[in-house]
Amino acid sequence: MNDFAHLLDRLAYEPRRNAKLRLLQDYFAHAPDPERGYALAAMTGGLTFREAKAGMIRGLVEARIDPVLFRLSYNYVGDLAETTALIWPGPSAASPPPRGETVEVGVVPLGAARGRSATPIPLHEGEGSPPPIGHNDPPPHIPTLGEVVDTLATTKKSDLPGHIADWLDALDETGRWALLKLITGSLRVGVSARLAKTAVGALGGHEADAVEEVWHGLEPPYATLFAWVEGRGERPQTLNPAPFRPPMLSHPIEEETDFDKLDPADFSGEWKWDGIRVQLAGGRDAEGTQVARIYSRTGEDISGAFPDLAEAIAFEGTLDGELLILRDERVQSFNVLQQRLNRKSVTGKLLEEFPAHVRAYDLLTADGEDLREMPFTERRARLEAFVGGLDHARIDLSPLVPFATWEDLAAARADPASAGAGADADAIEGVMLKRRTSPYLPGRPKGPWWKWKREPHVVDAVMMYAQRGHGKRSSFYSDYTFGCWRTVEGGGEELVPVGKAYHGFTDAELAKLDRYVRNNTTKRFGPVREVAYGPETGLVLEIAFEGVQRSTRHKSGVAMRFPRVSRIRWDKPSAEADRIDVLERILARGEREIAPGAAMSEETR
Amino acid sequence: MTPSASDLLTLTREGLYCPGGDFHIDPTWPVPRALITHGHADHARSGHGRVLATGETLRIMAVRYGEAFCDTRQEAQLGQPIRIGDVTVRFVPAGHVLGSAQIAVESGGLRVVVSGDYKRAPDPTCLPFEVVPCDVFITEATFGLPVFRMPDTRGEVDRLLASVALFPERAHIVGAYALGKAQRVMALLRQAGYDGPIHLHGAMEKLTDLYKREGIPLGDTPKVVAADRAKLQGAIVLCPPSAIQDVWSRKFPDPVTSFASGWMRVRARARQKGAELPLVISDHADWPDLCRTITETGAGEVWVTHGQEDALVHWCGTQGIAAKPLHMLGYGDEGEAEPAAEVAA
Repeated sequence: MNDFAHLLDRLAYEPRRNAKLRLLQDYFAHAPDPERGYALAAMTGGLTFREAKAGMIRGLVEARIDPVLFRLSYNYVGDLAETTALIWPGPSAASPPPRGETVEVGVVPLGAARGRSATPIPLHEGEGSPPPIGHNDPPPHIPTLGEVVDTLATTKKSDLPGHIADWLDALDETGRWALLKLITGSLRVGVSARLAKTAVGALGGHEADAVEEVWHGLEPPYATLFAWVEGRGERPQTLNPAPFRPPMLSHPIEEETDFDKLDPADFSGEWKWDGIRVQLAGGRDAEGTQVARIYSRTGEDISGAFPDLAEAIAFEGTLDGELLILRDERVQSFNVLQQRLNRKSVTGKLLEEFPAHVRAYDLLTADGEDLREMPFTERRARLEAFVGGLDHARIDLSPLVPFATWEDLAAARADPASAGAGADADAIEGVMLKRRTSPYLPGRPKGPWWKWKREPHVVDAVMMYAQRGHGKRSSFYSDYTFGCWRTVEGGGEELVPVGKAYHGFTDAELAKLDRYVRNNTTKRFGPVREVAYGPETGLVLEIAFEGVQRSTRHKSGVAMRFPRVSRIRWDKPSAEADRIDVLERILARGEREIAPGAAMSEETR
Repeated sequence: MTPSASDLLTLTREGLYCPGGDFHIDPTWPVPRALITHGHADHARSGHGRVLATGETLRIMAVRYGEAFCDTRQEAQLGQPIRIGDVTVRFVPAGHVLGSAQIAVESGGLRVVVSGDYKRAPDPTCLPFEVVPCDVFITEATFGLPVFRMPDTRGEVDRLLASVALFPERAHIVGAYALGKAQRVMALLRQAGYDGPIHLHGAMEKLTDLYKREGIPLGDTPKVVAADRAKLQGAIVLCPPSAIQDVWSRKFPDPVTSFASGWMRVRARARQKGAELPLVISDHADWPDLCRTITETGAGEVWVTHGQEDALVHWCGTQGIAAKPLHMLGYGDEGEAEPAAEVAA
């Protein structure tokens, strides 16, 4: 457990992907089975157990530490798990004895339940006071991660505090911190499941996709997986009848350079839908029961959030497509889909108002046959037949966009409504190009699939604050908060922050921006600097973004999707930057569609 | 009649003042006569008339402020009583940095010990703290909360060396205060068996040279040549904490940013500083050592100068020791000051 904790500790501070990967690989190469398997499960969300409550942890501490000192410490540190980890009386805690009498702050009734005598723990130990706890006991047993997980899953609720106290006694500070984060369900590793799988695969020179292929049939602690990647065992046979298959991703096309090298006749065109990429997988298990799964692009099982769509998976096969909200057969914009996402509970009302659909654009497997090696055109023909055979209102086909020349395609991209998309045009964010001969390749191979997004929205905004970045950028002011003009009540103009961007510029531009921030700083707040801005002074940034949403977090009331710096307007006076009305108008256009009727009108807000 | 402690030492705008000897201890403003506990800038300022301090502290002040940092200087021999007016003072090692001393002030059978900053953990670059039994103990409380229990420094240095081994193509830049912490980190690296060069930011050179002249072996410590920064793959580089956020740190090969400080004990603090490899190495007494030291002095009364005084005053109360915070301003601006002050500096 301590080794895993020290890995988490390093990862928590490491911003670089490649360095994280190295730390993970180093851990997986050295940690024994089954410990590393449980660690992998902790990082991929594969552990389930009853979580410990904060109140119980607090009670354990207050039985050992003066509550006033604990409160002062907690106020200072600001995190219960960390305060507890740091303040827990370790075996080496040596403080002088109090004068006169030993102040015994509480006893440990918890250990008694597990056969240990209830030893009073003095808060301060040293000469003249009783020996430190555990002085005559054998050294405490440091729990393995496996023991922790197993105990949490099987133990009675009333026995839990005793176990936790014993573990805290045995672990070091970092171990205590990681344990408490894990058992209270607040472990944030800063590592994606994908990265952890990449590190495991690298043990045996396998790509992450190879791990994904077998992943969904496996259970913690993944002994067969480690045996396979290390060449000690067979490739695990996936028993999951509806496994996730890593999706094929596209590259953005560079208009100036790429089109010249490509022949329009080699490619098939489709709309690029502004929804979420999903995979629908269906199959029958050994008992003949239908299994239906909806996976996100990264392999997360999101079936629970879309029961209306999962019902539609009565087939045996794997469909690749876009999850969209359809009303009256019309695709709704991403703003509408947003209302359906990230909800804690899926209510009947939500299902009714935001019905989920899938617009399918590829077929990976069908009735036990793997189609991924086939060229796109053959898969497309199979897809059309497959979806036609389903005849289900929730699943339809993403239409092809015919074109003969790149100019034809450019016209379709510029105006989807008149190029066949009709009323669905609002949910289209560009076009896709797929090489007719290409197989379905997991990952992001360069060449077979291209995306050509429509022009983003742009707004000219004024830089207001800058913050230092992380990792390679830790000495650069690379994150910029920018604002637009609005009228103050009672007249006058002010800049109000509308968003934050930290990419879109080159390294050379970053160096210039950094110099600008350093030379124009007016105030400092820790890692943040305020720069000079106003009608007469300030730097205008052209910000490109994909859309606007209503936001209660921002003072301006709006939030942009994917904002990035598209140009630095060294030449433009800040007084000529855009007003917030520009964003309000884009917002208003989107909001009209969010709910039928006027549920989002100003009166109900 | 035994005088009371508040007759012996009073609090003035300049800091602690002894009317019986007409001197200040670690004054934050220029005064005619100053006794200085150690060389950190918040305790040792220039512009005083006469200065009494250990030889090392006087030489540190001369390096930092120039030879003319005061009108006249007097060297205090450790452990030797010195008569000043109606009182006797004695300098005793404090274990904080090279030359650091506590100052015991005595008159009419009453002894007050001004600890200055101190620590109990071993430090190869300075003499260890000695307990002076006293009636009133005036202590710092920089890390005066029970969450501050500093780990063994060996483990911290091992983590740095493990990272250098795992990332041999990256430079490891360690932010450390230029007086004391930096040299302690160098000495700890040598103790751990690291014998490669330890590269120094220019701001650390003079004080490191002084440490070497004072007989503390620190090995090869070349100054970083600006043009060579990109070549320092796998190197360990020490610099003042502020230099990590400076453009200076940028030219190193994919640097790992590290800080050596007691504040690294708390994650939010470490993250705020942008540390990727926080090293918990403190030059101040941690909570158990603050409590232990107060008890060992046998003091019936404790005054807390600066830091997290609330918890320590509360703890003294639970031990039946009278305690009060002095709320002294101006301390903690160097060494392990609140990091917020450092960022703006």
